[in-house]
Amino acid sequence: MYATNYHRASSVEDAVKLATSNDEAKYLSGGQTLLPTMKQRLAAPSDLVDLRHVDALKGISVDGGNVRIGAATTHAEVAGSSELASACPGLAHLASHIGDPHVRHMGTIGGSIANNDPAADYPAGLMALGATIVTNTRSLSADEFFTGMFETALEDGELVVAVEFEAPEKCGYSKFPNPASRYAMTGVFVAKHGDGSARVAVTGAGSDGVFRHEGMEQALGSNFSAGALDGVTVEDSDLMSDIHASAAYRANLVKVMAKRAVAACG
Amino acid sequence: MGMEGIGARVARKEDKRFITGKGRYTDDMVVPGMKHAHFVRSPHAHARIKSIDTSEAEKMPGVIGILNGAQLTEDAIGNIICGWMIHSKDGSPMNMGAWRPLAQDTVRYVGDAVAIVVADSKAQARDAAEAVVVDYETLPVVTDAVEALKDGAPQLHPEAKNNLIFDWEIGDGAATDAAIASAAHVTEMKIVNNRLVPNPMEPRAALGSYDEAEDHYTLWTTSQNPHVARLVLSAFYNVAPENKLRVIAPDVGGGFGSKIYIYPEEIVCLWASKRTGVPVKWNSDRTEAFLTDAHGRDHISTVKMAFDADNKITGFKVDTIANLGAYMSLFSSSVPTYLYATLLSGQYAIPAIHANVRTVYTNTVPVDAYRGAGRPEACYLLERVLETAARELGVTPAELRRRNFIREFPYQTPVIMCYDAGDFDASLDAAMKAIDYDGFAARRAESESRGMKRGIGISCYIEACGIAPSAAVGSLGAGVGLWESAEVRVNAVGTIEVLTGSHSHGQGHETTFSQLVAERFGVGMDSVSIVHGDTDKVQMGMGTYGSRSGAVGMSAIVKALDKVETKAKKIAAHLMEADESDIVIENGELKVAGTDKSVPWFQMALAAYTAHNLPEGMEPGLKEGAFYDPSNFTFPAGTYICEVEVDPDTGKTTVIDFVAADDFGKIINPMIVEGQVHGGVAQGIGQALLEGTHYDPETGQLLTASYMDYTMPRADDLPSFKVSTTETVCPSNPLGIKGCGEAGAIGSPPALINAITDAIGNNDLTMPATPERVWAALNPAR
Repeated sequence: MYATNYHRASSVEDAVKLATSNDEAKYLSGGQTLLPTMKQRLAAPSDLVDLRHVDALKGISVDGGNVRIGAATTHAEVAGSSELASACPGLAHLASHIGDPHVRHMGTIGGSIANNDPAADYPAGLMALGATIVTNTRSLSADEFFTGMFETALEDGELVVAVEFEAPEKCGYSKFPNPASRYAMTGVFVAKHGDGSARVAVTGAGSDGVFRHEGMEQALGSNFSAGALDGVTVEDSDLMSDIHASAAYRANLVKVMAKRAVAACG
Repeated sequence: MGMEGIGARVARKEDKRFITGKGRYTDDMVVPGMKHAHFVRSPHAHARIKSIDTSEAEKMPGVIGILNGAQLTEDAIGNIICGWMIHSKDGSPMNMGAWRPLAQDTVRYVGDAVAIVVADSKAQARDAAEAVVVDYETLPVVTDAVEALKDGAPQLHPEAKNNLIFDWEIGDGAATDAAIASAAHVTEMKIVNNRLVPNPMEPRAALGSYDEAEDHYTLWTTSQNPHVARLVLSAFYNVAPENKLRVIAPDVGGGFGSKIYIYPEEIVCLWASKRTGVPVKWNSDRTEAFLTDAHGRDHISTVKMAFDADNKITGFKVDTIANLGAYMSLFSSSVPTYLYATLLSGQYAIPAIHANVRTVYTNTVPVDAYRGAGRPEACYLLERVLETAARELGVTPAELRRRNFIREFPYQTPVIMCYDAGDFDASLDAAMKAIDYDGFAARRAESESRGMKRGIGISCYIEACGIAPSAAVGSLGAGVGLWESAEVRVNAVGTIEVLTGSHSHGQGHETTFSQLVAERFGVGMDSVSIVHGDTDKVQMGMGTYGSRSGAVGMSAIVKALDKVETKAKKIAAHLMEADESDIVIENGELKVAGTDKSVPWFQMALAAYTAHNLPEGMEPGLKEGAFYDPSNFTFPAGTYICEVEVDPDTGKTTVIDFVAADDFGKIINPMIVEGQVHGGVAQGIGQALLEGTHYDPETGQLLTASYMDYTMPRADDLPSFKVSTTETVCPSNPLGIKGCGEAGAIGSPPALINAITDAIGNNDLTMPATPERVWAALNPAR
């Protein structure tokens, strides 16, 4: 790791000021990707602005059907929230399977989505939930926010403050982990919303990061059951091929995981 | 058997310091004035070094010195050796290219060391290493052994045309061909044994320290055999004369073979210490471990097994291409030859065997012994072929094996080995009973009712360990003898130190060896200390690998204990005015049999050292040494059976049950033996299901150079093992023990693959059987 300056931000404003006053500063929100990358000398931020101690960024609130999760809330807190377990069990389940206990107690939802790793779990969850990503300057839909592999709509210095969504009628997540890294080789989040529509988002498989699958959404919109997916074709043309899995295998997993996610909705 | 004697399930003495974080490893060592090293490594798999510019790097903060291959050559530091000469079948010696500890003209794999930077801190050394400018001219790359043999392939060493190191054979080719030609059935297969990265928990490390005042060198290193390191560093590398060099291998966190060899970093740190005038420490990080620790396996074989009309094996023909990487590591030549093809008879009476082995240079990390070393490759061929043949012949896998088991001993195989003892039916019976083989059909039906595919697979392994009779291995090309040494020192107060040439890097020697002494003299294990791993303390020894510490290391201790016992009895007899033949040793006392006369052990020891009243002419003191050279290999054998369930939707395999029935001969500590089997089987399951090593064929980059991409087995990948033992006593050593360190890794992979192919009904499956590969095998028409 190269030398860097550590700052503990006290507020959102303080964080943004610290980050924008240094050319090569980066936000640190758990650091479960950033710190290993720095240790490998593959990233060399001049300054780190730690967000995990900003009270305004923390906590989960459920108000009727409206859910808000602060950006600096850890995966363990999401997984362990009893309010979330009843309002949106699929997301709590997703959080409980991120990484390992160390990762879940350090990593945060804001850090994860700002990094937008193509194999991370949260992007699929938020996209299928139709979540809104609230930053220090604006609100964006998840569809707008996730723009490609390790790419988001965040501007320089822009900070994720919270994610908000309306609890769906049902939702579920099923992941096939990469045997080595245990990231999602393919993970599918399905949600049935109050208006009867269904959203299906896939992580780990797309060659350009998280994506929604229109064919499965249509099938589930008219009949929200695993069997409804039998006739849906998943093309492998836009899927990733690497040493762990071919696009054809990932296409198979997308369908299998989607069916399992639907079945998990109960 | 006492509470602490032979056969007792004693908790490991060494574990207190290990599990409380108090172990002392090479990287824990600190000496005054010590500085830190970082190696400049090649980012290319094959390139010519046009120039090395260190001018900017030398100005960096904290830099003490930067050395490269030119200076190494100035000081006449030798090439890295291969310790086993193999001749090709045409009689020519192996075609060995030069391996410089720091590459001087050409780099041949990603990670090849080019220069060492020594600085005040580790970070400064790394910063300066990044500022060293090496101008490379890249060359074409070949990573696959089959490709490397082809005309027109990139050439690694001028000495090895078409990258062929040797073309060797064993056995009777004509007789084997004749058996195949006249067979009632022939089973043919192409079998790949996948390349593995060893991954001991502790990465390699070295601390070299030169003392100018004494003109003396000390090397702390992560070695399985510090005496061999000292010998090689002095005799071949010209770093330091043997009498001026102390090598210490303190606590070592696992080796699995990968820490047998004397690597460039150890040589260079020791040499650099003199050249820079400061002690130099290097500690590998995990990426360097992936890139530079010798890998294991990497064979491609085609095999033919011939059967007569009674399903008796009549011949076995093997053609193997073995990838040895960019350079020949210390024992690389012996692994795919004498440690491999000599085991191709397995547990079976096979009248004719022939194996041809070609070894090949490629632009990859050197390949050498890894837990099992050659024997897993042999076992995998045999047990995959036997299982496949059983399916083709329509007989049960167990029946086909029983039809061909060797049942009379000694048994001379057609490939050098002479098996001395065994009962292969006993271990097969025990394993089949343990897994309830007869109940499998019902369990398979239950799995099918849940949409899952269940399979069962057998592997009957035999291995040769307790290596090895020195004259025998010498006649086959080994550069060293493979005896072991021990010295037993009884102190004046009766406590005992055992100095052993074996080296413990996880095996539990401090416990097992103490049990031997406790058994012999009836003293508590707490009064016994095991000393190892330091050439200044311990007499020359050969170290630990090849499951040899029990069969060879402990046999040396037994010989020394015999001498101590003889002298102790003489002293006791003299003190009690009895005949020495009447003295018995029990519960820490030397007694006159049939009387109430006795002398406590400590009093006898004190008498040896006060020397006031010793038998006429006896030298004072009580300290005896011994060297033990085995008269044969030992032959652990057994049966492993694995039951798996495959999810046809994803191809994911779950290991439902795994039983091991091993014959290790006599066992000193059953708990430690079980631990060795557990660890070995975990590594075998890792090879079979998880561990794939991928090089990019175009660039030679190692694509699986971290745990993000290389799948090590984890606890939740493994079932709870059911291990048991059967026993035939090894006749060739005084304790009757065979060794247990490698069996698990040798015997388990074919059991896994046999089980999965049984489950999915497709025999075309390559290790590691990743979910994708299993899914593809389930959907072959796709």
